[in-house]
Amino acid sequence: MTTETINESLVDDHHGDSHDHKMTGITRWLYTTNHKDIGTLYLWFSFIMLLTGGALAMVIRAELFQPGLQIVEPDFFNQLTTVHGLIMVFGAIMPAFTGFANWMLPMMIGAPDMALPRMNNWSFWILPFAFAILIGSFFMESGAPNFGWTFYAPLSTTYSNGSTAFFVFAVHIMGISSIMGAINIVVTIMNLRAPGMTYMKMPLFVWTFFITAYLLIAVMPVLAGVVTMLLTDTYFGTSFFDAAGGGDPVMFQHIFWFFGHPEVYIMILPAFGIVSTIIPAFSRKKLFGYSSMVYATSSIALLSFIVWAHHMFTTGMPLFGELFFMYCTMLIAVPTGVKVFNWVATMWRGSMSFETPMLFSIAFVILFTIGGFSGLMLALTPVDFQYHDTYFVVAHFHYVLVTGSLFSIYAGAYFWLPKWTGHMYNESLAKWHFWCSLISVNLLFFPMHFLGLAGMPRRIPDYALQFADFNKWVSIGGFAFGLSQLIFLAVVIKCIRGGEKAPAKPWDGAEGLEWTVASPAPYHTFSTPPNLDEVKS
Amino acid sequence: MSRSNQRWLLGGGLCFASLLSSSAWADTQLNLTKGVTAVSREVYDLHMLALYICTAIGVVVFGAMFWSMFFHRKSKGAKAADFHESTKVEILWTTIPIVILIAMAVPATSTLIDMENNDNSEVTIQVTGSQWKWHYKYFDQNIEYYSVLSTPREQYENQNGSFAGNGANKDENYLLEVDKPLVIPANKKVRFLITSDDVIHAWWVPAFAVKQDANPGFINEAWTNVDKPGVYRGQCAELCGKDHGFMPIVVEVKSPEDYDAWLNEQHALAAKSADAEKASLSASMSKEELMQLGESTYMAYCAACHQPTGLGLPPAFPALKGSPIATTGSVAEHIDVVFNGRAGTGMQGYGKQLSLKEIAAVVTYERNAWGNDTGDLVQSADVKAAGGE
Repeated sequence: MTTETINESLVDDHHGDSHDHKMTGITRWLYTTNHKDIGTLYLWFSFIMLLTGGALAMVIRAELFQPGLQIVEPDFFNQLTTVHGLIMVFGAIMPAFTGFANWMLPMMIGAPDMALPRMNNWSFWILPFAFAILIGSFFMESGAPNFGWTFYAPLSTTYSNGSTAFFVFAVHIMGISSIMGAINIVVTIMNLRAPGMTYMKMPLFVWTFFITAYLLIAVMPVLAGVVTMLLTDTYFGTSFFDAAGGGDPVMFQHIFWFFGHPEVYIMILPAFGIVSTIIPAFSRKKLFGYSSMVYATSSIALLSFIVWAHHMFTTGMPLFGELFFMYCTMLIAVPTGVKVFNWVATMWRGSMSFETPMLFSIAFVILFTIGGFSGLMLALTPVDFQYHDTYFVVAHFHYVLVTGSLFSIYAGAYFWLPKWTGHMYNESLAKWHFWCSLISVNLLFFPMHFLGLAGMPRRIPDYALQFADFNKWVSIGGFAFGLSQLIFLAVVIKCIRGGEKAPAKPWDGAEGLEWTVASPAPYHTFSTPPNLDEVKS
Repeated sequence: MSRSNQRWLLGGGLCFASLLSSSAWADTQLNLTKGVTAVSREVYDLHMLALYICTAIGVVVFGAMFWSMFFHRKSKGAKAADFHESTKVEILWTTIPIVILIAMAVPATSTLIDMENNDNSEVTIQVTGSQWKWHYKYFDQNIEYYSVLSTPREQYENQNGSFAGNGANKDENYLLEVDKPLVIPANKKVRFLITSDDVIHAWWVPAFAVKQDANPGFINEAWTNVDKPGVYRGQCAELCGKDHGFMPIVVEVKSPEDYDAWLNEQHALAAKSADAEKASLSASMSKEELMQLGESTYMAYCAACHQPTGLGLPPAFPALKGSPIATTGSVAEHIDVVFNGRAGTGMQGYGKQLSLKEIAAVVTYERNAWGNDTGDLVQSADVKAAGGE
């Protein structure tokens, strides 16, 4: 309590100082270097992208509602799947996590702001341009990218519809933004921790973002490299990926997945951090096995660099390569299992309550684990020959990315909304959001397992008759899930506009420095670092 | 339970029942196919092993979670314990999964070694993917042909139709049928050499547990040994452009005797069509004949990209209606593009796929349809002269 008042008074002392010239209107948001403002921008941007990508997905599901070509041409269908994937990965999930990093990291480590605030502003403000280019290509003569979000050459080079250049520049800008965001996170965590906060005393949330940022710095340049090679192959006559000129189309896939596999951990490690913060809070019990969680996260990150070719078992790899990548991939199940077991042990003999953040976290653990199970099955090379490029894979990665990453983002949003807005959100509306999402998301993605096993390839606009029934269910689930997300929008808007006043620490089991400052968090927090010993006691 | 709740349940139940009873629910397949080869059955067993292991782990882990959720809840007065680490437990739940993984890796490794053993095959067939059809070439047999989707356009092209009207009726093997299936003998090791003419495709027949990418400029190997004659269907499994969903694979497995008979038949057919090709060089067809054959050939081979209207799908697939190539340009140049294709674009060469007569007819059709009234008539001999040097 004493720290809180000290911080408050310190912050108050600085009001009226020269550096607290809060601008109003649009310029506040354009010029802001405040981590909370930028966090808010990232979160809103990602939600808008989520709805945009979701709208594309609903057109896809409408087309697949029944056999035959109903509402879109096959080529446009490919544009929809491609841009849906790109928007969800680079526009919805990744910026949402950067938003969490901006809002929460400084408050969790007792820092006044991110270490590089001007770069922070820039790394956000180039993002809307990247997506304007990407989405704008829908309205150009060439049409939007139609070669899948994985843009395999030569479909994306020699045989592209002419959208390659716009696609490449959009990805470059997204990559620059991600790299800057990641550098900021690393520099902030390394330099701005409150005195006494050693690495092994950092909240697990901070650890997961720290590790994720390193992954980003390691692989985003690889993505930049591969799209540049794509660009020169398409427009400048090089033959990196063209056998006729001495290149190799399979090399494209190696480079792409060397980025792509760490990328999927970039989208799940922060989710682990969020869930590891929320489960202890609502179990009223400390996180079980903190240090093993740190080691497990690091092992997953390291392993992510040596498993990329499990996306490519059917490309004609030598037996030794297939065995190596199969074994390494199976190994990932070990640290991932440790994490799941630790979450369960945290709940075990706790004193649990089930507010919306906890509901989303519990759903995360169960449904992410189901995605993990299908991941383990996919790791087995001989069976992967059957699963590969079918709806089984689509089911797998939507379980880890939607009921995994996205659910963790919702859990985190509900958990910290009181801190962000100063109001409690409407719990019953939030529970509606949870239950509608939970039921519809399983109707949407679970039958995809059956479709894949029965032999339905992914990325097709029309299908054989035996797939008709499940596709109808899946589409109904898709529409319901899409519409359910509007409830979340309503909850957030209501919460911003008013509601029960939130105390500094609305959750009795929550721990961490962010709960020692008032709700809503003052514009500037921890202008002087907190005294950790005093907070702990 | 309140009245309104009951009504909800009833309504929900009815929806559920109507979905369950719809069309071919009874045939809906839930699980992986067992297939018809020793390898595909091994793969199936491995799949089931993994599925059972995952289910068992799920029951234990989720069971513990739900136990906590029911019995360790605050509303029931549960007080939180204060344990939060145990090296012993961590070591335990690191080692047990490793043991389970090894139990899965052993059978997976032996199956994989089997699958990758391409030696001692008795029949070798080169499989070439191209946008959007498959080409099969039998080694040492001088037999080769294209295999194209045979589902009529009317059955799938009900664009802009309402959801209620499903357009034309769809046949049983809708989108999984071809004009000429691949034919292989049963009980013989058949090796496939898989490659591509343009983008990456993937040749997949679930019943054989064979899925192999077709990479342009490289050759991949796969093999199968089917023990039951029959017809097996699959699809292209790698996104290969617009009509990726429309290039199925059909394999007809025949007993060795029937297979030999089929080979003889194919040789006879090949000789006959060579004669017909020669004869067509000296024949001269009327405009009606050319236009009729041209239209049917165009619809089967060209309309997917250039569209039945000749308007194409620019910019990737240009219009032919009013285009210089099909109107003011020379006939020889037009034939050259159709016969040899255009490097670096989606336009493939049809010299290998169509007879001289068909190319002559298609070129005539393109130069006279949709208001391209050039009046040009092209004969087989012109095609031979302009394209086939």
